[in-house]
Amino acid sequence: MSNHSEPTSFAFTAENLEKAKKVIARYPAGRQQSAVMPLLDLAQRQDGWVSRATIEAVGTMLEMAPMRVEEVATFYTMYNLKPVGKHHVQVCTNICCLLRGSDGVGAVAQEALGVGWGETTADGMFTLSEVECLGACVNAPMMQINDDYYEDLTADSTRKILDALKRGETPKPGSQTGRQFSAPEGGPTTLIKTGEKA
Amino acid sequence: MPKLTIDGTEIEVEAGTTILQAAEQLGIEIPRFCYHERLAIAGNCRMCLVEVEKMPKPVASCAQPVGEGMVVHTNNAAVRKARQGVMEFLLINHPLDCPICDQGGECDLQDQAMAYGGDRGRYREDKRAVEDKDYGPLVQTWMTRCIQCTRCIRFITEIAGTPVLGGLYRSDHLEVSKYVNSALSSELSGNLIDLCPVGALTNKPAAYTYRAWELNKTESVDAMDGLGAAIRIDARGNEVVRVLPRINDDINEEWLGDRSRFACDGLKRQRLDRPYVRRDGGLKPASWNEAFAAIAAVLKGIPGAKIAAIAGDQTDCETLVAAKDLLVSLGSAHIDCRQDGAALDAAVRASYLFNSTIAGIEEADAVLVIGANPRKEAPVLNARLRKRWLKGGFKAAVVGPKADLTFGHDWLGDQASVLADLAAGKHPFMDVLKAARKPALILGQGALARADGAAILGLARKIADAAGMVTDGWNGFNVLHTAAARVGGLDLGFVPGAGGRNAAAIVDGAAKGDIAAVFLLGADEVDMKGFGNAFVVYLGSHGDAGAHRADVVLPGSAYTEKNATYVNTEGRVQRTRLAVFPPGEAREDWKVIRALSDVLGKPLGYDTPKQVRERLAAVNPLFATLDTVTPAAWGAFGTAGTVGDTPLASAIDNFYQTDPISRASKVMAECTAAFGCGCNHSKKTGTHG
Repeated sequence: MSNHSEPTSFAFTAENLEKAKKVIARYPAGRQQSAVMPLLDLAQRQDGWVSRATIEAVGTMLEMAPMRVEEVATFYTMYNLKPVGKHHVQVCTNICCLLRGSDGVGAVAQEALGVGWGETTADGMFTLSEVECLGACVNAPMMQINDDYYEDLTADSTRKILDALKRGETPKPGSQTGRQFSAPEGGPTTLIKTGEKA
Repeated sequence: MPKLTIDGTEIEVEAGTTILQAAEQLGIEIPRFCYHERLAIAGNCRMCLVEVEKMPKPVASCAQPVGEGMVVHTNNAAVRKARQGVMEFLLINHPLDCPICDQGGECDLQDQAMAYGGDRGRYREDKRAVEDKDYGPLVQTWMTRCIQCTRCIRFITEIAGTPVLGGLYRSDHLEVSKYVNSALSSELSGNLIDLCPVGALTNKPAAYTYRAWELNKTESVDAMDGLGAAIRIDARGNEVVRVLPRINDDINEEWLGDRSRFACDGLKRQRLDRPYVRRDGGLKPASWNEAFAAIAAVLKGIPGAKIAAIAGDQTDCETLVAAKDLLVSLGSAHIDCRQDGAALDAAVRASYLFNSTIAGIEEADAVLVIGANPRKEAPVLNARLRKRWLKGGFKAAVVGPKADLTFGHDWLGDQASVLADLAAGKHPFMDVLKAARKPALILGQGALARADGAAILGLARKIADAAGMVTDGWNGFNVLHTAAARVGGLDLGFVPGAGGRNAAAIVDGAAKGDIAAVFLLGADEVDMKGFGNAFVVYLGSHGDAGAHRADVVLPGSAYTEKNATYVNTEGRVQRTRLAVFPPGEAREDWKVIRALSDVLGKPLGYDTPKQVRERLAAVNPLFATLDTVTPAAWGAFGTAGTVGDTPLASAIDNFYQTDPISRASKVMAECTAAFGCGCNHSKKTGTHG
C-alpha cells in the first residue's frame, strides 16, 4: 500500500449494511467470522477497494482482530488493497492465455489505455492489472473487466472493447468470436443430428 | 484406547493423541519446527513427516491422530529422504547467516540441518528477502530468516491474547507481520524469542553480546514479582547477559514476563559497590569497618525502642530473619515487611496466600478479581486465567481498575462498596460465585494497601465464606502479591511485635523523633522525605530512593548474586542460586547483618548458610520444605468497617518499572517510552467482554 491516501473511516451504506447483516445471519451465532470474505467483497463493491479503515470496520463488525481480517484481505488477490479505476481491466497472462496470444492483448491494452501494469489512468477510469489464471483457459486469451469475462480476444477485439468502455458503452461480455460459451469454433462438432455420428 | 506400533514398539495411548505425542511417550524424538506442545497444532513446517504403513504418502506426525493398528516408522530411509526434502526447501530461502546470527548454537534449524541438511545447496536462483519489522525495544526481527512456522502468531493470539501478529500475503510472498496500527505491547512478548525456532526473532537488548555456548547457565528463581517463576540466568564472566524461563508447570509453565526477563541490564546500573557514609551532607565512600563504626556510634546512644526496620520487596528470607533477630536483640519491636502499608495479617497464613495455587486456578470456574490488574502484576498468572477462560465454562468479574485483561470478564466498577454488596448477597455476581463448583477470588495489593485495607480484607473473607470458596480440598481465597519478599516476611513474622510500629508509624515516628534510627532493607518505596532527622541505614543493591536518603549505605546483593530463600505468593519456599558475584565490595545481605551484629555487640547465633537456614526452619518449620505448597488453615481475619470511596486501583502503575532493578534498567525505560505502562492497547483485541 503506497502512494494513495487512506480514508480515516469506513461505513457500509444503509443498503449494504442490510446485506451484510443477512450474510452474517447465514452463519451460526458465534461463528460470525465466517462472513469476513463476503463482507470484504461487499465493502469493495461499495468503495472499489479495501482500505485499512475497511479492514478495521469489518473486524469490529465481526469481532475479529484487525490482523485476522488483513490476513484474509492480503491472501486473496481479488481484494484490491489500493484504489482502482472505474473499470478494473485484468489481463490473464498465464500459460494458456500466453500460448494463445495474451502478449498482444496486454500490449494493446497498455497502448490503448496509456498505462503500464498495475497503473491507473489519469482520469481514474481504468486500472490495468496482470493476473494469474482466471479459469477460462478454454477461451484463451481473456481478460476480466470488473465482473465480466471477455474471451477469445485478439488485439483488435481488445481495442474495440476498451474503446467502447471509454465511450461509456457496455461491450458484450463472453466470447468475442461469436461462439456460444466454449463451444467448438465454427459450430458444434458432435450431436449435430440425433442418432448420427459426426 | 487405540494401540499402535511405532518403530517396532507397541504402545497404547489415549484417543486423540497425535503420532508425534505417542512417539514422545516412547522417548522417540521427531524433529519439528512448528509444533509446540503448548500451542495449537498448525502442521505447516512438514519436518515431522513419518511413514505410516498403508498410507500412500508420508504424513505430518504432529497433526495426525493415532489410529488403531497403525504401524509407524519414524526413522527409515523413506522418512529421512522426505525430511531431507523438507529441509532443502526450508533452506532455499534461509540466509544461512549462522556466523552472525544470535540464535547460532541454539537454533533448531541449525541443529536439524546437521541431521537432515545437504552438504551443498542445489538452489541457484535468487533468495527471497523480507523486510524487517519493528517489534519494539525487546524483540529484534530478522524476517528473512523466518521459516513461517507461525509459532509467534499462535503464541501472541492464544497465550498472550493480543492478536497483533499475522501472516500477510500468500505463498512466496507470505510475511509474518505486526498489525500496522498496534504495538507489540504484550507483557509476555519476550517468549516469542524463545519460541522462534530460528533466528528471526531474537533478544534485542542482548543483540551481538554473546554466543550461546559462552554462557554460564544457572537455574534459579525469579524475584521480580510475587510468582517466583523458574528462571535460568545466563551469564558471561560476571555479567548477567539474559534471563530465560525454565519449565515449571506449577508456576510459569514455560513463560516469563518481560520485566523478569529484560530488566537484567538494571543489575549492572546504579549499583552500590562499596559502603558509603554521610559526612558533611554528602555520601562519601567508606570501608566496611568505617561504615559499621558509624552505625555503632549512633546506635550506642539510642534505646532499642527507638530503632526500627522496614523490609523492601526483594529482600530474601535469610536477611529478614537476621534483621529480625538483630532488632529483637536490640530491644525493638518496630519491624515491618509491608512497606506499602498493605493490611496483611501475619497471624493467619491463609489470609495472605494464593491458596488455590497458581496451577489450581485452572480448576476454578468463577473468579472475582479485587483491586488488581493481573496482567500487570503477574502476566504469567494472567496467561493462566486466559487459558482457563479459553477452555470455557468460566466466569470472571473485576472490581477494580478497568483493563483489557485478555480474558472475558464483567467489570463491576472500581468502588469498594461493590464488595459490600457482594458480601451481602445483593449483587448478581454473587449468584454466579455461589453457583460455581470451585469459585475463587484474587485480591490484589491495590485493595489492601489503603486506609480501609483491613475492612476490604474482611469483606473479601466474607465473600469467600458466603460463596463457599473454602471447602475440603479447595480454597479459592487468593491474595496476589507483587513483591517477592512479602510472603517470606509474613511467614517469618517480620511485622511489628507487641507495641511495635508498622511501616507508616515508623515513618511517622521518625518525623516526630520517636524513632531515631531506621534500617531500610532494600526498601525504596517508602516516603523518604518523612524520616525527618532519623539516622537511616540502607542495605540494598541499588542506588535508588533509599540510598539517597541514607546516612550509611551498605552494599548488598541482587537476587542473581546470592543463594537466597524466597516464598512466592502461593507460599512455596524456593531458593535462588548465585549466578554472578555481587559487584565490588558488596556482600550477601544477611552476612552484612551478621557482621554488623558483632560490631553492635549482639552477635547472631549463625555463621554459615546452613545455620541461617536452620534458624529459618526454627522460626517457621515451613522453611524446611522446598518447592512445595503446604495448604494453610482457614481462620478469622480482616476487620469489619466501612470502606472509602477512593477507586480501587492496581498496585502497579508501570509494569516495566516496579523495583530498584527495573528502575535502573535502560531497557525497561525504553519499554515505558515505547509501550506506555503496559496493557494500553489502543485497538480492541476481540477478547473484550
